[in-house]
Amino acid sequence: MYDPSSAVTGTQAVFAAHAENVAVKALASLATDAKFDRKELTVTVARENIVAACQAVQQAGYNFLEDVTAVDWYPSEPRFQITYHILSMTLKERIRLAVRLDGEDAALESITSVWPSANFYEREVFDLFGVRFGGHPNLTRIMMPTDWNGHPLRKDYPVEGYR
Amino acid sequence: MSPTAAPDMLIPDVEDVVADAKRRYGVPPPQDQTMVINMGPQHPSTHGVLRLVLEIDGESVVSLAPDIGYLHTGIEKTCEAKFYQQVVPLTDRIDYLCPMTNNLAYCLAVEKLLGLEIPERAQYLRVLLNELTRIQSHLVWLGTHAMDIGALTVFLYCFREREEILRIFENVSGQRMMTSYFRVGGLALEPPLDFYKQVEHFLKIMPDRITQYEDLLTGNPIWINRIKGVGYLSAADAIALGVTGPPLRASGVDWDLRRDMPYSGYEKFQFKVPISNDCDVWARYVIRMEEMRESVKICRQALNGMPASGPITADAPKIILPEREKMKTQMEALIHHFKIVTEGFPVPAGEVYQAVESPRGEMGYYVVSDGTAKPYRVHMRNPSFATLQALETMCKGRLLADVVAVIGSIDIVLGETDR
Repeated sequence: MYDPSSAVTGTQAVFAAHAENVAVKALASLATDAKFDRKELTVTVARENIVAACQAVQQAGYNFLEDVTAVDWYPSEPRFQITYHILSMTLKERIRLAVRLDGEDAALESITSVWPSANFYEREVFDLFGVRFGGHPNLTRIMMPTDWNGHPLRKDYPVEGYR
Repeated sequence: MSPTAAPDMLIPDVEDVVADAKRRYGVPPPQDQTMVINMGPQHPSTHGVLRLVLEIDGESVVSLAPDIGYLHTGIEKTCEAKFYQQVVPLTDRIDYLCPMTNNLAYCLAVEKLLGLEIPERAQYLRVLLNELTRIQSHLVWLGTHAMDIGALTVFLYCFREREEILRIFENVSGQRMMTSYFRVGGLALEPPLDFYKQVEHFLKIMPDRITQYEDLLTGNPIWINRIKGVGYLSAADAIALGVTGPPLRASGVDWDLRRDMPYSGYEKFQFKVPISNDCDVWARYVIRMEEMRESVKICRQALNGMPASGPITADAPKIILPEREKMKTQMEALIHHFKIVTEGFPVPAGEVYQAVESPRGEMGYYVVSDGTAKPYRVHMRNPSFATLQALETMCKGRLLADVVAVIGSIDIVLGETDR
Protein backbone atom coordinates (compact mmCIF):
# COMPACT_ATOMS: atom_id res chain seq x y z
CA MET A 1 0.00 0.00 0.00
CA TYR A 2 1.00 3.59 -0.53
CA ASP A 3 3.04 5.12 2.25
CA PRO A 4 2.50 8.91 2.52
CA SER A 5 5.91 9.33 4.16
CA SER A 6 7.58 8.18 0.92
CA ALA A 7 6.69 11.50 -0.73
CA VAL A 8 9.43 14.14 -0.86
CA THR A 9 8.13 17.70 -0.79
CA GLY A 10 9.77 21.10 -0.95
CA THR A 11 12.06 22.49 -3.63
CA GLN A 12 15.29 21.98 -1.74
CA ALA A 13 14.60 18.43 -0.61
CA VAL A 14 13.49 17.29 -4.08
CA PHE A 15 16.29 19.07 -5.89
CA ALA A 16 18.86 17.61 -3.50
CA ALA A 17 17.47 14.08 -3.93
CA HIS A 18 17.32 14.36 -7.73
CA ALA A 19 20.32 16.57 -8.44
CA GLU A 20 21.24 14.48 -11.52
CA ASN A 21 17.82 14.81 -13.17
CA VAL A 22 18.18 17.03 -16.25
CA ALA A 23 14.77 18.65 -15.73
CA VAL A 24 15.73 19.53 -12.17
CA LYS A 25 18.94 21.11 -13.46
CA ALA A 26 17.06 23.05 -16.14
CA LEU A 27 14.47 24.37 -13.70
CA ALA A 28 16.79 25.17 -10.80
CA SER A 29 16.25 28.93 -11.03
CA LEU A 30 12.53 28.84 -11.92
CA ALA A 31 10.98 26.41 -9.44
CA THR A 32 8.89 27.74 -6.57
CA ASP A 33 7.86 24.35 -5.23
CA ALA A 34 8.53 20.71 -6.02
CA LYS A 35 7.25 17.28 -5.11
CA PHE A 36 8.39 13.73 -5.77
CA ASP A 37 5.51 11.42 -5.05
CA ARG A 38 4.65 7.93 -6.40
CA LYS A 39 7.76 8.13 -8.62
CA GLU A 40 6.41 11.24 -10.37
CA LEU A 41 8.20 14.56 -10.32
CA THR A 42 6.14 17.73 -10.07
CA VAL A 43 7.70 21.18 -10.30
CA THR A 44 5.66 24.29 -9.64
CA VAL A 45 6.68 27.50 -11.38
CA ALA A 46 5.39 31.04 -11.17
CA ARG A 47 2.77 32.11 -13.68
CA GLU A 48 5.03 34.54 -15.54
CA ASN A 49 7.73 31.86 -15.93
CA ILE A 50 5.73 29.09 -17.60
CA VAL A 51 6.93 29.78 -21.14
CA ALA A 52 10.55 30.06 -19.93
CA ALA A 53 10.15 26.82 -17.96
CA CYS A 54 8.75 24.99 -21.00
CA GLN A 55 11.60 26.26 -23.16
CA ALA A 56 14.11 25.17 -20.51
CA VAL A 57 12.79 21.60 -20.27
CA GLN A 58 12.46 21.40 -24.05
CA GLN A 59 16.13 22.28 -24.40
CA ALA A 60 16.96 19.73 -21.72
CA GLY A 61 15.51 16.97 -23.94
CA TYR A 62 11.86 16.86 -22.92
CA ASN A 63 10.58 16.99 -26.47
CA PHE A 64 6.92 15.96 -26.30
CA LEU A 65 4.01 17.79 -24.69
CA GLU A 66 1.54 15.11 -23.64
CA ASP A 67 -1.17 17.05 -21.95
CA VAL A 68 -2.32 20.35 -20.52
CA THR A 69 -5.15 20.34 -18.04
CA ALA A 70 -6.39 22.05 -14.90
CA VAL A 71 -7.66 21.27 -11.41
CA ASP A 72 -10.05 23.58 -9.59
CA TRP A 73 -9.28 23.73 -5.85
CA TYR A 74 -12.31 25.91 -5.07
CA PRO A 75 -12.89 27.43 -2.51
CA SER A 76 -9.21 27.56 -1.49
CA GLU A 77 -6.87 30.08 -3.13
CA PRO A 78 -4.88 30.07 -5.37
CA ARG A 79 -7.79 28.33 -6.96
CA PHE A 80 -6.61 26.86 -10.26
CA GLN A 81 -3.76 24.47 -10.85
CA ILE A 82 -2.73 24.25 -14.49
CA THR A 83 -0.87 20.99 -15.08
CA TYR A 84 1.50 20.24 -17.96
CA HIS A 85 2.76 16.72 -18.60
CA ILE A 86 5.93 16.69 -20.64
CA LEU A 87 7.71 13.59 -21.89
CA SER A 88 11.27 12.95 -22.93
CA MET A 89 11.46 10.25 -25.57
CA THR A 90 15.23 9.92 -25.25
CA LEU A 91 15.41 9.81 -21.43
CA LYS A 92 12.10 7.89 -21.14
CA GLU A 93 11.05 10.17 -18.34
CA ARG A 94 8.12 12.40 -17.65
CA ILE A 95 7.84 15.65 -15.74
CA ARG A 96 4.80 17.49 -14.49
CA LEU A 97 4.88 21.29 -14.45
CA ALA A 98 2.27 23.09 -12.40
CA VAL A 99 1.16 26.71 -12.17
CA ARG A 100 -1.17 28.00 -9.48
CA LEU A 101 -3.59 30.80 -10.41
CA ASP A 102 -5.93 32.98 -8.37
CA GLY A 103 -9.62 32.72 -9.19
CA GLU A 104 -9.85 36.50 -9.60
CA ASP A 105 -7.28 36.70 -12.35
CA ALA A 106 -7.17 33.28 -14.00
CA ALA A 107 -4.90 34.00 -16.94
CA LEU A 108 -1.42 32.98 -18.07
CA GLU A 109 0.75 32.88 -21.18
CA SER A 110 0.00 30.30 -23.85
CA ILE A 111 2.78 27.80 -24.59
CA THR A 112 1.72 27.32 -28.22
CA SER A 113 4.95 29.09 -29.23
CA VAL A 114 6.92 26.21 -27.65
CA TRP A 115 4.63 23.30 -28.58
CA PRO A 116 1.93 23.99 -31.20
CA SER A 117 0.04 20.96 -29.85
CA ALA A 118 -0.92 23.02 -26.79
CA ASN A 119 -3.50 24.73 -29.01
CA PHE A 120 -6.38 22.28 -28.44
CA TYR A 121 -5.45 21.49 -24.85
CA GLU A 122 -5.48 25.15 -23.88
CA ARG A 123 -8.76 25.72 -25.68
CA GLU A 124 -10.22 22.86 -23.68
CA VAL A 125 -8.99 24.34 -20.39
CA PHE A 126 -10.39 27.72 -21.42
CA ASP A 127 -13.72 26.18 -22.35
CA LEU A 128 -14.21 24.00 -19.29
CA PHE A 129 -12.44 26.08 -16.61
CA GLY A 130 -12.54 29.65 -17.91
CA VAL A 131 -8.77 30.12 -17.67
CA ARG A 132 -7.50 32.53 -20.33
CA PHE A 133 -4.28 32.00 -22.27
CA GLY A 134 -2.52 35.12 -23.55
CA GLY A 135 -1.09 34.86 -27.05
CA HIS A 136 -3.19 31.86 -28.02
CA PRO A 137 -3.95 31.84 -31.78
CA ASN A 138 -7.64 30.96 -31.48
CA LEU A 139 -8.97 30.94 -27.91
CA THR A 140 -12.56 29.84 -28.47
CA ARG A 141 -14.76 27.17 -26.96
CA ILE A 142 -14.00 23.67 -28.23
CA MET A 143 -16.32 21.24 -26.41
CA MET A 144 -19.32 23.34 -25.40
CA PRO A 145 -21.53 25.32 -27.81
CA THR A 146 -20.21 28.84 -28.47
CA ASP A 147 -23.16 30.48 -26.67
CA TRP A 148 -22.81 28.35 -23.53
CA ASN A 149 -23.01 30.07 -20.17
CA GLY A 150 -20.32 29.20 -17.61
CA HIS A 151 -17.45 26.74 -17.43
CA PRO A 152 -18.65 23.23 -16.51
CA LEU A 153 -15.57 21.73 -14.84
CA ARG A 154 -15.37 24.48 -12.23
CA LYS A 155 -16.34 23.11 -8.85
CA ASP A 156 -18.89 25.90 -8.27
CA TYR A 157 -20.65 25.21 -11.57
CA PRO A 158 -24.24 24.09 -10.91
CA VAL A 159 -24.44 20.55 -12.26
CA GLU A 160 -28.02 21.04 -13.41
CA GLY A 161 -27.18 24.29 -15.20
CA TYR A 162 -28.00 27.92 -14.39
CA ARG A 163 -31.66 28.70 -13.84
CA MET B 1 -47.70 25.43 -47.72
CA SER B 2 -47.95 21.71 -47.09
CA PRO B 3 -47.61 20.67 -43.45
CA THR B 4 -44.40 18.74 -44.12
CA ALA B 5 -42.48 21.67 -45.63
CA ALA B 6 -40.08 23.47 -43.30
CA PRO B 7 -41.00 27.04 -42.36
CA ASP B 8 -38.86 29.66 -44.10
CA MET B 9 -37.30 30.88 -40.89
CA LEU B 10 -35.55 27.53 -40.33
CA ILE B 11 -33.59 27.70 -43.56
CA PRO B 12 -30.61 30.00 -42.94
CA ASP B 13 -29.20 32.19 -45.62
CA VAL B 14 -26.19 30.57 -47.30
CA GLU B 15 -24.07 33.71 -46.99
CA ASP B 16 -24.81 33.92 -43.28
CA VAL B 17 -23.67 30.33 -42.78
CA VAL B 18 -20.41 30.97 -44.60
CA ALA B 19 -19.74 34.22 -42.74
CA ASP B 20 -20.51 32.54 -39.42
CA ALA B 21 -18.25 29.59 -40.15
CA LYS B 22 -15.39 31.86 -41.15
CA ARG B 23 -15.71 33.98 -38.04
CA ARG B 24 -15.92 31.05 -35.67
CA TYR B 25 -13.22 28.83 -37.06
CA GLY B 26 -10.74 31.47 -38.09
CA VAL B 27 -10.87 30.61 -41.79
CA PRO B 28 -9.18 33.44 -43.68
CA PRO B 29 -11.35 35.43 -46.11
CA PRO B 30 -11.69 33.51 -49.38
CA GLN B 31 -9.55 34.54 -52.32
CA ASP B 32 -11.24 35.15 -55.65
CA GLN B 33 -11.64 31.53 -56.54
CA THR B 34 -11.90 29.76 -53.18
CA MET B 35 -14.99 28.47 -51.54
CA VAL B 36 -15.83 27.46 -47.96
CA ILE B 37 -17.62 24.14 -47.60
CA ASN B 38 -18.86 22.14 -44.70
CA MET B 39 -18.08 18.44 -44.29
CA GLY B 40 -19.91 16.57 -41.55
CA PRO B 41 -20.97 16.16 -38.80
CA GLN B 42 -23.31 13.75 -40.61
CA HIS B 43 -20.84 12.33 -43.08
CA PRO B 44 -20.01 8.63 -43.29
CA SER B 45 -16.28 9.09 -43.79
CA THR B 46 -15.79 11.28 -40.72
CA HIS B 47 -16.19 8.18 -38.51
CA GLY B 48 -18.71 9.74 -36.19
CA VAL B 49 -19.63 13.34 -35.73
CA LEU B 50 -16.55 15.23 -36.82
CA ARG B 51 -17.29 18.47 -38.63
CA LEU B 52 -14.71 20.04 -40.91
CA VAL B 53 -14.91 23.55 -42.31
CA LEU B 54 -12.85 23.44 -45.48
CA GLU B 55 -11.72 26.22 -47.72
CA ILE B 56 -11.13 24.78 -51.17
CA ASP B 57 -9.68 26.12 -54.38
CA GLY B 58 -11.26 23.93 -57.04
CA GLU B 59 -10.52 20.47 -55.73
CA SER B 60 -7.55 21.31 -53.49
CA VAL B 61 -7.68 22.16 -49.82
CA VAL B 62 -6.47 25.66 -48.88
CA SER B 63 -7.29 25.51 -45.20
CA LEU B 64 -9.17 23.25 -42.86
CA ALA B 65 -10.61 23.67 -39.37
CA PRO B 66 -12.04 20.78 -37.34
CA ASP B 67 -15.10 21.48 -35.21
CA ILE B 68 -15.63 18.99 -32.40
CA GLY B 69 -17.77 18.70 -29.29
CA TYR B 70 -20.88 17.11 -30.77
CA LEU B 71 -20.40 14.07 -28.55
CA HIS B 72 -19.33 15.97 -25.44
CA THR B 73 -21.12 14.32 -22.54
CA GLY B 74 -19.12 15.71 -19.63
CA ILE B 75 -17.62 12.37 -18.60
CA GLU B 76 -14.84 14.12 -16.65
CA LYS B 77 -17.45 16.00 -14.62
CA THR B 78 -19.50 12.84 -14.06
CA CYS B 79 -16.42 11.02 -12.72
CA GLU B 80 -16.17 13.56 -9.89
CA ALA B 81 -19.56 12.44 -8.58
CA LYS B 82 -18.82 8.69 -8.61
CA PHE B 83 -16.90 6.37 -6.32
CA TYR B 84 -13.56 5.23 -7.69
CA GLN B 85 -14.92 1.82 -8.69
CA GLN B 86 -17.98 3.37 -10.36
CA VAL B 87 -15.81 5.26 -12.84
CA VAL B 88 -14.71 2.04 -14.63
CA PRO B 89 -17.93 1.66 -16.69
CA LEU B 90 -17.66 5.31 -17.74
CA THR B 91 -14.20 4.76 -19.16
CA ASP B 92 -15.56 2.12 -21.57
CA ARG B 93 -17.71 4.70 -23.21
CA ILE B 94 -14.90 7.13 -23.97
CA ASP B 95 -13.20 5.11 -26.65
CA TYR B 96 -15.82 2.53 -27.51
CA LEU B 97 -13.48 0.62 -29.83
CA CYS B 98 -10.96 -0.21 -27.11
CA PRO B 99 -12.86 -0.52 -23.82
CA MET B 100 -10.23 -2.73 -22.19
CA THR B 101 -7.46 -0.22 -22.83
CA ASN B 102 -9.45 2.51 -21.12
CA ASN B 103 -10.25 0.25 -18.19
CA LEU B 104 -6.59 -0.61 -17.88
CA ALA B 105 -5.36 2.98 -17.96
CA TYR B 106 -7.84 4.09 -15.32
CA CYS B 107 -7.27 1.08 -13.06
CA LEU B 108 -3.49 1.48 -13.28
CA ALA B 109 -3.80 5.14 -12.33
CA VAL B 110 -5.92 4.41 -9.25
CA GLU B 111 -3.69 1.46 -8.33
CA LYS B 112 -0.72 3.81 -8.47
CA LEU B 113 -2.52 6.22 -6.14
CA LEU B 114 -3.25 3.34 -3.76
CA GLY B 115 0.13 1.65 -4.18
CA LEU B 116 -1.46 -1.73 -4.97
CA GLU B 117 0.51 -4.73 -6.23
CA ILE B 118 -1.35 -6.67 -8.92
CA PRO B 119 -0.81 -10.46 -9.07
CA GLU B 120 1.06 -11.80 -12.07
CA ARG B 121 -1.84 -13.82 -13.42
CA ALA B 122 -4.10 -10.76 -13.52
CA GLN B 123 -1.35 -8.82 -15.31
CA TYR B 124 -1.03 -11.52 -17.96
CA LEU B 125 -4.79 -11.61 -18.49
CA ARG B 126 -4.86 -7.83 -18.77
CA VAL B 127 -2.11 -7.87 -21.39
CA LEU B 128 -3.82 -10.68 -23.29
CA LEU B 129 -7.16 -8.88 -23.38
CA ASN B 130 -5.52 -5.57 -24.26
CA GLU B 131 -3.82 -7.07 -27.27
CA LEU B 132 -7.07 -8.69 -28.41
CA THR B 133 -8.63 -5.24 -28.06
CA ARG B 134 -5.88 -3.78 -30.21
CA ILE B 135 -6.53 -6.35 -32.95
CA GLN B 136 -10.27 -5.71 -32.70
CA SER B 137 -9.84 -1.95 -32.95
CA HIS B 138 -7.42 -2.23 -35.87
CA LEU B 139 -9.93 -4.49 -37.65
CA VAL B 140 -12.62 -1.84 -37.38
CA TRP B 141 -10.11 0.74 -38.60
CA LEU B 142 -9.09 -1.41 -41.57
CA GLY B 143 -12.65 -2.21 -42.57
CA THR B 144 -13.93 1.36 -42.39
CA HIS B 145 -10.78 2.93 -43.85
CA ALA B 146 -10.90 0.58 -46.84
CA MET B 147 -14.62 1.22 -47.21
CA ASP B 148 -14.03 5.00 -47.29
CA ILE B 149 -11.65 4.48 -50.16
CA GLY B 150 -14.01 2.16 -52.02
CA ALA B 151 -12.85 -1.35 -51.13
CA LEU B 152 -16.10 -2.66 -49.69
CA THR B 153 -15.18 -6.34 -49.45
CA VAL B 154 -12.51 -5.90 -46.78
CA PHE B 155 -15.09 -4.57 -44.35
CA LEU B 156 -16.98 -7.86 -44.29
CA TYR B 157 -13.83 -9.92 -43.77
CA CYS B 158 -12.64 -7.67 -40.94
CA PHE B 159 -15.93 -7.78 -39.12
CA ARG B 160 -15.98 -11.58 -39.40
CA GLU B 161 -12.81 -11.78 -37.27
CA ARG B 162 -13.91 -8.95 -35.02
CA GLU B 163 -16.99 -10.97 -34.20
CA GLU B 164 -14.73 -13.76 -32.93
CA ILE B 165 -13.02 -11.34 -30.56
CA LEU B 166 -16.32 -9.89 -29.41
CA ARG B 167 -17.46 -13.44 -28.61
CA ILE B 168 -14.35 -13.90 -26.49
CA PHE B 169 -15.14 -10.62 -24.69
CA GLU B 170 -18.72 -11.70 -24.13
CA ASN B 171 -17.55 -15.00 -22.75
CA VAL B 172 -15.08 -13.42 -20.35
CA SER B 173 -17.00 -10.35 -19.20
CA GLY B 174 -20.62 -10.86 -20.23
CA GLN B 175 -20.51 -7.90 -22.61
CA ARG B 176 -19.48 -7.61 -26.23
CA MET B 177 -18.38 -4.00 -26.27
CA MET B 178 -18.73 -2.16 -22.94
CA THR B 179 -16.81 -4.81 -21.08
CA SER B 180 -15.88 -3.11 -17.75
CA TYR B 181 -13.94 -6.27 -16.98
CA PHE B 182 -10.99 -4.74 -15.14
CA ARG B 183 -11.37 -3.60 -11.57
CA VAL B 184 -9.23 -1.42 -9.36
CA GLY B 185 -6.95 -4.08 -7.92
CA GLY B 186 -7.42 -6.81 -10.49
CA LEU B 187 -10.18 -8.38 -12.58
CA ALA B 188 -13.90 -8.73 -12.05
CA LEU B 189 -14.25 -12.45 -12.58
CA GLU B 190 -12.30 -15.62 -13.14
CA PRO B 191 -12.27 -16.26 -16.93
CA PRO B 192 -14.55 -19.16 -17.93
CA LEU B 193 -13.16 -22.61 -18.67
CA ASP B 194 -13.33 -22.49 -22.46
CA PHE B 195 -11.80 -18.99 -22.63
CA TYR B 196 -8.24 -20.19 -23.26
CA LYS B 197 -9.41 -22.65 -25.89
CA GLN B 198 -11.34 -19.89 -27.64
CA VAL B 199 -8.31 -17.57 -27.64
CA GLU B 200 -6.09 -20.43 -28.81
CA HIS B 201 -8.40 -21.04 -31.77
CA PHE B 202 -8.47 -17.35 -32.64
CA LEU B 203 -4.68 -17.03 -32.51
CA LYS B 204 -4.39 -20.03 -34.81
CA ILE B 205 -6.57 -18.57 -37.56
CA MET B 206 -5.65 -14.89 -37.26
CA PRO B 207 -2.21 -14.75 -39.01
CA ASP B 208 -3.71 -16.28 -42.17
CA ARG B 209 -6.61 -13.87 -42.05
CA ILE B 210 -4.26 -10.87 -41.88
CA THR B 211 -2.56 -12.24 -44.98
CA GLN B 212 -6.01 -12.43 -46.63
CA TYR B 213 -6.67 -8.74 -45.98
CA GLU B 214 -3.27 -7.88 -47.36
CA ASP B 215 -3.96 -9.94 -50.47
CA LEU B 216 -7.07 -7.86 -51.02
CA LEU B 217 -5.36 -4.50 -50.54
CA THR B 218 -1.57 -4.38 -50.69
CA GLY B 219 -1.22 -5.12 -54.39
CA ASN B 220 -4.40 -3.36 -55.43
CA PRO B 221 -3.50 -0.47 -57.79
CA ILE B 222 -6.51 1.65 -56.74
CA TRP B 223 -5.62 1.25 -53.08
CA ILE B 224 -1.97 2.13 -53.76
CA ASN B 225 -2.82 5.19 -55.83
CA ARG B 226 -5.27 6.49 -53.28
CA ILE B 227 -2.97 6.27 -50.26
CA LYS B 228 0.69 6.29 -51.33
CA GLY B 229 2.29 9.70 -50.82
CA VAL B 230 -0.93 11.12 -49.37
CA GLY B 231 -1.13 12.90 -46.02
CA TYR B 232 2.56 13.62 -45.50
CA LEU B 233 3.50 14.34 -41.89
CA SER B 234 7.15 14.82 -40.98
CA ALA B 235 8.58 13.52 -37.71
CA ALA B 236 9.19 17.05 -36.40
CA ASP B 237 5.61 18.08 -37.19
CA ALA B 238 4.23 14.93 -35.61
CA ILE B 239 6.02 15.64 -32.33
CA ALA B 240 5.16 19.34 -32.38
CA LEU B 241 1.47 18.61 -32.99
CA GLY B 242 1.12 15.95 -30.32
CA VAL B 243 0.65 12.94 -32.62
CA THR B 244 1.11 9.53 -30.97
CA GLY B 245 0.64 5.89 -31.83
CA PRO B 246 0.76 4.42 -35.34
CA PRO B 247 0.79 7.84 -37.12
CA LEU B 248 3.84 8.85 -35.05
CA ARG B 249 5.64 5.60 -35.81
CA ALA B 250 4.71 5.96 -39.49
CA SER B 251 6.61 9.27 -39.37
CA GLY B 252 9.75 7.45 -38.28
CA VAL B 253 9.69 8.13 -34.53
CA ASP B 254 10.58 4.97 -32.64
CA TRP B 255 8.28 5.30 -29.64
CA ASP B 256 5.93 2.80 -28.09
CA LEU B 257 4.88 3.11 -24.45
CA ARG B 258 4.53 -0.67 -24.14
CA ARG B 259 8.23 -1.08 -24.79
CA ASP B 260 9.66 2.24 -23.61
CA MET B 261 7.72 2.87 -20.41
CA PRO B 262 6.30 -0.60 -19.67
CA TYR B 263 3.20 -1.03 -17.53
CA SER B 264 1.19 -4.05 -16.40
CA GLY B 265 4.12 -6.42 -17.01
CA TYR B 266 4.78 -5.55 -20.68
CA GLU B 267 8.52 -5.70 -19.95
CA LYS B 268 8.21 -9.52 -19.91
CA PHE B 269 7.07 -9.69 -23.53
CA GLN B 270 9.16 -9.70 -26.68
CA PHE B 271 7.73 -7.86 -29.64
CA LYS B 272 8.82 -5.62 -32.49
CA VAL B 273 7.69 -2.03 -32.83
CA PRO B 274 7.09 -1.43 -36.56
CA ILE B 275 8.55 1.83 -37.86
CA SER B 276 8.35 3.47 -41.27
CA ASN B 277 9.92 6.58 -42.72
CA ASP B 278 7.34 7.10 -45.47
CA CYS B 279 5.23 9.48 -43.33
CA ASP B 280 2.10 8.90 -45.44
CA VAL B 281 -1.24 7.09 -45.27
CA TRP B 282 0.37 4.02 -46.82
CA ALA B 283 2.93 3.85 -44.01
CA ARG B 284 0.17 4.05 -41.40
CA TYR B 285 -1.62 1.17 -43.15
CA VAL B 286 1.51 -0.98 -43.23
CA ILE B 287 2.30 -0.25 -39.58
CA ARG B 288 -1.14 -1.15 -38.30
CA MET B 289 -1.09 -4.42 -40.25
CA GLU B 290 2.31 -5.24 -38.72
CA GLU B 291 1.01 -4.28 -35.27
CA MET B 292 -1.81 -6.81 -35.59
CA ARG B 293 0.75 -9.54 -36.29
CA GLU B 294 2.82 -8.43 -33.29
CA SER B 295 -0.29 -8.39 -31.11
CA VAL B 296 -0.99 -12.00 -32.08
CA LYS B 297 2.57 -12.84 -30.95
CA ILE B 298 2.07 -11.04 -27.63
CA CYS B 299 -1.21 -12.90 -27.07
CA ARG B 300 0.56 -16.18 -27.76
CA GLN B 301 3.31 -15.30 -25.23
CA ALA B 302 0.68 -14.30 -22.69
CA LEU B 303 -1.12 -17.62 -23.11
CA ASN B 304 2.09 -19.62 -22.82
CA GLY B 305 3.54 -17.66 -19.92
CA MET B 306 0.35 -17.36 -17.90
CA PRO B 307 0.65 -18.83 -14.39
CA ALA B 308 -1.62 -21.87 -14.16
CA SER B 309 -3.17 -20.75 -10.92
CA GLY B 310 -3.09 -17.84 -8.56
CA PRO B 311 -5.28 -14.94 -7.54
CA ILE B 312 -6.70 -12.47 -10.06
CA THR B 313 -7.09 -9.68 -7.53
CA ALA B 314 -4.67 -7.96 -5.18
CA ASP B 315 -4.71 -8.79 -1.51
CA ALA B 316 -6.64 -5.75 -0.30
CA PRO B 317 -9.97 -6.70 1.31
CA LYS B 318 -10.95 -3.07 1.89
CA ILE B 319 -10.72 -2.23 -1.81
CA ILE B 320 -11.71 -5.38 -3.66
CA LEU B 321 -15.14 -6.95 -3.29
CA PRO B 322 -14.97 -10.34 -1.52
CA GLU B 323 -15.89 -13.58 -3.22
CA ARG B 324 -19.53 -14.54 -3.05
CA GLU B 325 -18.83 -17.68 -1.09
CA LYS B 326 -16.85 -15.82 1.60
CA MET B 327 -19.63 -13.30 1.99
CA LYS B 328 -21.96 -16.10 3.01
CA THR B 329 -19.60 -17.66 5.51
CA GLN B 330 -17.47 -14.85 6.93
CA MET B 331 -18.77 -11.85 8.84
CA GLU B 332 -15.76 -9.70 7.93
CA ALA B 333 -16.19 -10.26 4.22
CA LEU B 334 -19.82 -9.21 4.46
CA ILE B 335 -18.83 -6.02 6.30
CA HIS B 336 -16.18 -5.17 3.70
CA HIS B 337 -18.66 -5.77 0.92
CA PHE B 338 -21.22 -3.50 2.56
CA LYS B 339 -18.66 -0.75 3.18
CA ILE B 340 -17.21 -0.81 -0.35
CA VAL B 341 -20.61 -0.76 -2.02
CA THR B 342 -22.15 1.95 0.16
CA GLU B 343 -19.18 4.18 0.98
CA GLY B 344 -16.51 3.30 -1.57
CA PHE B 345 -12.90 3.17 -0.46
CA PRO B 346 -10.78 6.20 0.44
CA VAL B 347 -7.73 6.84 -1.71
CA PRO B 348 -4.69 8.66 -0.26
CA ALA B 349 -4.41 12.25 -1.48
CA GLY B 350 -2.14 12.93 -4.43
CA GLU B 351 -2.02 13.10 -8.20
CA VAL B 352 -0.84 10.60 -10.80
CA TYR B 353 -0.60 10.40 -14.56
CA GLN B 354 -0.73 6.96 -16.13
CA ALA B 355 -0.27 6.56 -19.87
CA VAL B 356 -0.85 3.39 -21.88
CA GLU B 357 -0.46 2.64 -25.56
CA SER B 358 -3.98 2.43 -26.94
CA PRO B 359 -4.59 1.35 -30.56
CA ARG B 360 -4.70 5.05 -31.45
CA GLY B 361 -1.74 6.27 -29.44
CA GLU B 362 -1.05 7.54 -25.97
CA MET B 363 -4.05 7.27 -23.71
CA GLY B 364 -3.29 8.98 -20.41
CA TYR B 365 -5.33 9.23 -17.24
CA TYR B 366 -4.59 12.06 -14.81
CA VAL B 367 -6.32 11.30 -11.52
CA VAL B 368 -6.26 13.70 -8.57
CA SER B 369 -7.37 12.48 -5.16
CA ASP B 370 -8.21 14.60 -2.12
CA GLY B 371 -8.25 11.62 0.23
CA THR B 372 -11.96 10.81 -0.09
CA ALA B 373 -13.77 7.93 -1.83
CA LYS B 374 -14.54 9.97 -4.95
CA PRO B 375 -11.92 11.25 -7.39
CA TYR B 376 -11.39 15.00 -7.12
CA ARG B 377 -10.53 15.21 -10.79
CA VAL B 378 -10.18 12.71 -13.62
CA HIS B 379 -8.74 13.91 -16.89
CA MET B 380 -8.22 11.78 -19.97
CA ARG B 381 -5.50 12.58 -22.45
CA ASN B 382 -6.87 11.14 -25.64
CA PRO B 383 -4.85 10.29 -28.73
CA SER B 384 -7.59 11.20 -31.27
CA PHE B 385 -8.05 14.65 -29.76
CA ALA B 386 -4.36 15.45 -30.10
CA THR B 387 -3.88 13.83 -33.50
CA LEU B 388 -6.76 15.86 -34.93
CA GLN B 389 -4.55 18.94 -34.71
CA ALA B 390 -2.26 17.48 -37.34
CA LEU B 391 -5.11 17.06 -39.84
CA GLU B 392 -4.61 20.45 -41.46
CA THR B 393 -0.87 19.89 -41.93
CA MET B 394 -1.57 16.54 -43.59
CA CYS B 395 -4.35 17.80 -45.89
CA LYS B 396 -3.16 21.27 -46.94
CA GLY B 397 -2.62 21.56 -50.67
CA ARG B 398 -3.97 18.09 -51.32
CA LEU B 399 -7.21 17.07 -53.02
CA LEU B 400 -10.51 17.05 -51.21
CA ALA B 401 -10.79 13.29 -51.75
CA ASP B 402 -7.50 12.83 -49.89
CA VAL B 403 -9.05 14.33 -46.76
CA VAL B 404 -11.19 11.20 -46.51
CA ALA B 405 -8.12 8.96 -46.79
CA VAL B 406 -6.25 11.00 -44.16
CA ILE B 407 -9.13 10.96 -41.66
CA GLY B 408 -9.27 7.19 -42.06
CA SER B 409 -5.51 6.90 -41.53
CA ILE B 410 -5.52 8.68 -38.16
CA ASP B 411 -8.22 6.25 -37.00
CA ILE B 412 -10.27 8.86 -35.22
CA VAL B 413 -12.85 7.96 -32.59
CA LEU B 414 -15.06 10.91 -31.80
CA GLY B 415 -16.24 9.45 -28.52
CA GLU B 416 -12.80 9.91 -27.03
CA THR B 417 -12.16 13.22 -28.78
CA ASP B 418 -15.19 14.85 -27.22
CA ARG B 419 -15.55 12.78 -24.04
